[in-house]
Amino acid sequence: MDESAPLKILIADDSDSDRLILKTLLKRLGHMVVDAANGHEAVALFQSETPDIVLLDALMPSMDGMEAARHIKKLAGERLVPLIFITSLTEPEDLAGCLEAGGDGFLSKPYNRVMIKAKVNAFNRMRLMHQALSDQRDLMHERNRQLLKEQHIARGVFDNVAHTGCLNAPNIRFHASPLSVFSGDVLFASPRPAGGMLVFAGDFTGHGLPAAIGAMPVAESFYGMAGKGFNGADILREINQKLVRILPKDMFCCGAMVEVDFALNQLNIWNGGLPDMWLMRSPTERYSLPSRHLPLGILGPDQFKADMETVRSRPGDRLLLMTDGVLECSDSEGQLFGEQGVRRAIENAGLSRHPFDALMSEIQRFTGQHKFGDDLTLCCLEMVDEAGQAALPDAVELSTLAGPTQWRCDYELQGSTLGEFNPLPLLLHICMEVPGLRRRSGEVYTLLSELYNNALEHGVLQLPSEWKYTPEGFDRYYSERAKRLSRVDGHYIRFSFHHDLTALGGRLRVVCEDSGEGFDFQNHPVLQATEMAQSGPRYGGRGLALIKRLAKTVQFDKKGSRVDVVYEWFF
Amino acid sequence: MPIETHRSHDGRSLTIKIEGRFDFSTHQAFRDAYEHGGRDVSGYVVDLSDATYLDSSALGMLLLLRDHAGGDSADIVIQNCNNDVRKILTISNFEQLFTIR
Repeated sequence: MDESAPLKILIADDSDSDRLILKTLLKRLGHMVVDAANGHEAVALFQSETPDIVLLDALMPSMDGMEAARHIKKLAGERLVPLIFITSLTEPEDLAGCLEAGGDGFLSKPYNRVMIKAKVNAFNRMRLMHQALSDQRDLMHERNRQLLKEQHIARGVFDNVAHTGCLNAPNIRFHASPLSVFSGDVLFASPRPAGGMLVFAGDFTGHGLPAAIGAMPVAESFYGMAGKGFNGADILREINQKLVRILPKDMFCCGAMVEVDFALNQLNIWNGGLPDMWLMRSPTERYSLPSRHLPLGILGPDQFKADMETVRSRPGDRLLLMTDGVLECSDSEGQLFGEQGVRRAIENAGLSRHPFDALMSEIQRFTGQHKFGDDLTLCCLEMVDEAGQAALPDAVELSTLAGPTQWRCDYELQGSTLGEFNPLPLLLHICMEVPGLRRRSGEVYTLLSELYNNALEHGVLQLPSEWKYTPEGFDRYYSERAKRLSRVDGHYIRFSFHHDLTALGGRLRVVCEDSGEGFDFQNHPVLQATEMAQSGPRYGGRGLALIKRLAKTVQFDKKGSRVDVVYEWFF
Repeated sequence: MPIETHRSHDGRSLTIKIEGRFDFSTHQAFRDAYEHGGRDVSGYVVDLSDATYLDSSALGMLLLLRDHAGGDSADIVIQNCNNDVRKILTISNFEQLFTIR
């Protein structure tokens, strides 16, 4: 806006001569003038002409200057129209009255050209500044409105990619703010093809759009891979590698992955930078599971460690995971809730209260607020018998005869690949091309994974399953497993698939052979028993028992290092 | 001044001392500190003895410094952290990337 641009000035004075002098003066200064002889006229002209500045005589007949000033200020609303009283009054009370009526300043009679010019310029500067501020404020409001609208649309898109999966399963309780994606928190859960669940909680550094954009590929990798049967470690490696590539150096994602196996009552967990998770067994028995890894998106693929910690659980155990928004809640004095707050809440929960409710209400009590900040995510997962077995959504129903029905395939893993690569998603994928098998993806996956794990752990790695019977042995089993996996040169595991149609459906024959020494299948209790009456946590035999239950026939030879399984499906 | 720097006698080590809150508000100053720290600096010391608080954007800044100092071959010591600060570094397992003492 130009300070020297001509202004439209409204003047009101009942003295014709004074008015003419003032009008002439202002015109010579280059301004446009509209003039009124009393307050009524002035108000009417203000409405019709919308002047930039108003000069009012204080004393006029038929509505005086003060009355007119009140009307004019009311009409002007938010707009700043400087209103200057022209007066010969000198009493402070009278002058104060002018200001109270809405006047911004005074000009005294008789008129002085220099003073009039200076006053008009000064008030015009004020007017322009006010105008600029109002425009900026309006622009900011508009931008903010636009931004919020965009965030809601983006949220909709994000929800389609990063849906909540099976978070609504009966064994999960969670709190996540509706707009938390823009604060950088994510929480996903997915059922696994062979049963069980995967849960991921993440907390991106930074807020707003960058965090939300980082969260998208995490969601895509998580749900895409979980549905295909990849395990937690595979998904973590993929997410980490993606984030390293796309995020700026100073951004990363603290996260935790939990692989839940309800059948084995076992949790595999990985915590990189999130607060301690808590496994709660009873009011007095609980374990903290601290972060043991760097957050995701920092280390390159060669240094990143996705090893998950195996924790044995019991039905009824509850696992609590949270982002650091929980620890960073503060009370009215700025004190942080912290780890002590979490401990206090779960210690006081007792028998009757769900730890999730106990923690939520303790946070509410502490902060004195019923609404939480955007960046607070809390999730509690309960171990239940065969819980959350929400099956994968049925794929589009294809004709059972479409797709490959007669085929064979050999696949052999060799040497160090055994320790680095999980072939199950790939093998499952091949089998899932057969529509009749796709409807039984859980069973097929279980079959393949039991065959593979038997071949790897008991065949190639020669790990005695008895170790798993005791808690100490259990840890030893998994540490020894990791150690032996680094020395698998010369070993192999070979899968041969053969699929064919039968009169009633189809038959999948899987031969799994490994380079290990085999085992005494002749005297193995599971293979001998006609009824699989199992007592106690016999982890070792469970795999074989499962295979026996699912398959039509199971045959061992080569001293147990070759197993031949026939699985049938029906139209 | 929330951030002070000084170089060792041989000029090879740069100490960056942070006072008060180490968070996003110190971003530019922290960056300036190591970017203008001198050419032949080969090691960095981040002195947190007067730092009261550290948030995740500060962790991000430490990662930027690490990248500036050569990534995996960076020689960076973080020293004199108070318990709260130490705890945050521990949860994120930053001792795998920095020498913390």
